[in-house]
Amino acid sequence: MSTVTQAGQAVPASALAQRRSLGDRGFQVLALAAGLLVLVILVLIAVSTTQQASSWFTTEGLSGIFSTTWNPAAGQFGALAFIYGTAISAGIAIVMAVPVSVAIALLLTEVVPRQWARPIVYVIDLLAVVPSVVWGLWGILVFAPWIAGFYSSIGSAVKGVPVLGALFGPPTSGASFFTAGIILAFMITPIVTSLSREVIATVPAIDKEGAYALGATRLEMIRGAVWPHSKGGIVGAVLLGLGRAMGETIAAALVIGSSATITSHLFAPGDSMPAVIANEFGEASGVFRAALMGLGVLLFIITIIINMIARGIVQRSARRQRGA
Amino acid sequence: MQRRRIHWVTPAGVAVVTMALSLAACSSGSSGNGSSSGSSAALTGTLNGSGSTFQLSFQQAAISSFKTVQPSMTVNYGGGGSGKGRTDLASGVVNYAGSDSPIPASEQANFKGKTVLYFPVVIGPITVSYNLSGVSKLQLSAPVIADIFQAKITTWNNSAIAAENPGVTLPNTPITIARRSDSSGTTQNFSEFLEKASGGAWTLGSSSTINWPATSRGGNGNGGVAQIVKSTAGAIGYVDYADAKASGLTFALVKNEAGSYVAPTVSSATTAADNATIAPNLTFSAIWAPGAGSYPITYQSWDLVYQAQSGTQTAKGLQAYIGYLLGPGQKLLPGLGYAPLPASLDQKATAQLSKIGSASAAPSASSS
Repeated sequence: MSTVTQAGQAVPASALAQRRSLGDRGFQVLALAAGLLVLVILVLIAVSTTQQASSWFTTEGLSGIFSTTWNPAAGQFGALAFIYGTAISAGIAIVMAVPVSVAIALLLTEVVPRQWARPIVYVIDLLAVVPSVVWGLWGILVFAPWIAGFYSSIGSAVKGVPVLGALFGPPTSGASFFTAGIILAFMITPIVTSLSREVIATVPAIDKEGAYALGATRLEMIRGAVWPHSKGGIVGAVLLGLGRAMGETIAAALVIGSSATITSHLFAPGDSMPAVIANEFGEASGVFRAALMGLGVLLFIITIIINMIARGIVQRSARRQRGA
Repeated sequence: MQRRRIHWVTPAGVAVVTMALSLAACSSGSSGNGSSSGSSAALTGTLNGSGSTFQLSFQQAAISSFKTVQPSMTVNYGGGGSGKGRTDLASGVVNYAGSDSPIPASEQANFKGKTVLYFPVVIGPITVSYNLSGVSKLQLSAPVIADIFQAKITTWNNSAIAAENPGVTLPNTPITIARRSDSSGTTQNFSEFLEKASGGAWTLGSSSTINWPATSRGGNGNGGVAQIVKSTAGAIGYVDYADAKASGLTFALVKNEAGSYVAPTVSSATTAADNATIAPNLTFSAIWAPGAGSYPITYQSWDLVYQAQSGTQTAKGLQAYIGYLLGPGQKLLPGLGYAPLPASLDQKATAQLSKIGSASAAPSASSS
């Protein structure tokens, strides 16, 4: 086109365009390099841990890897007890944290007046700031001994009852699946709450006001206007919390009881993948160390799968929402 | 607004850069920056070690008092476990490694045929601590301990325990087993003792991690186990002498190979090491050692060093530091809750010091 004036001087368009495109291209290259670097690091981590774990895969074979016996003294390294422990403790955490978190999020966006919402959000975010090891220490020194009393009274009360006895009956111990689940629930509540709150806040006011205009009560408005918009995002937040709960290391290592057993008793001690890696890595060597690395690889794979499911759900509900 | 922001950024940046430079100057002042002197006095340089956490408090105490002998030398010990120490030594990350056991066969290949010298530095008894009100003296033998820790004996007034303690009224309290939740050399040596001494009663093998019965309670570190024993009536656990003493626990007397019941003390541990069979490379096991005064659950830790060193400065530094651990450093041990090496073993180890740095830099290809 014509020239562009800059400070009264005429600059030819082609030179300006060249300057602009150089800056743009440089930025493009930088951004691409940063993205590729992240990918490369991820791949390198995956490859190197799998390499270090290879002697475990070859020694145990597929059946050995998923066997229930973890006995380093006898050279048996079966991971099933830890997969079970991770799943159970994370599951308990989700069951306890999600209703509370979503309720808090709805409360903060719909019910509480704006000026009170901010300090409450601040307090909840403080919960996220507490370091994991402090949770674990508090858990094992204060919480576990205190709650052991409840466990034993519940345990003796439901002893013999068909389903409840198997879940909540003896043996009971302060450091158990359930205690780990409670501590993990405390830890993931801030994340799930803040993500859910942000998702719910994006619901267009027009939908909410429309629901009110049609005579809906607050609960009906939440169910009809807020939920369809935000359910994908909330599920994504929950799965993010699940990923965090599954990977939580120090807090779980201190309060889960370190006993590699598969049992239905939730008040019994157990073990989880990140906990056993943290606890047993120091003195491990040879196939033992390869087995611990292998547990890390398994955890990695499981977390990736959960994240992919989360993204899939979020994308699908977003697509559906856009169509609606 | 923009100008005001820039105003405080520049002084802040200058302050940060100045701090960083001064910190760098401070730290570089202590590391080696001179030629090595020919005499045995005034060495410079940095030594790095890692490994056994059993040795950790000894290493920390020795490092700070070594600073008074050789102020220009810096020694760092990182802990992290015997396995990590051996791995670090194999990969050349550290100059010496603390290890509670000799290099196992599965790790030999990592050292690529280079000769590793073993310097025993500490001995320590493992106590069998218990919490039973009204019972101040308890005698236990290995088969009974094995059955207790496998949850085959579940109450204190069991006939097997009563048979070893005539005249003592044992209450009907259930036994709570306290054990380690993390892997450790203490577990390795305790289980080794049970394997050697219980005559087949112990079936869980010997390793840094054991598949304990599900009713047992795991504590993190010796301190964690001590805390479980201290706070639970009827608990019994295996705790390092240093931590058991620090927590004020009551120890049981354990029957040794000669048949006498011995309490864990500094002298009974040193006696056990004295009576153990020492291999030419100074590896040995004081577990289940013969001798009437030996405490049967005594274990030991070595500092591993390559015979071939790349520089004379490092070799001299290692000789000085490990010589200190074997010499004046031994006096620190009883106060820290360890036992010193017996005199004969100390002499053999000190004699081995001259071997550090003696071989040529090329690795010895004696493994064929």
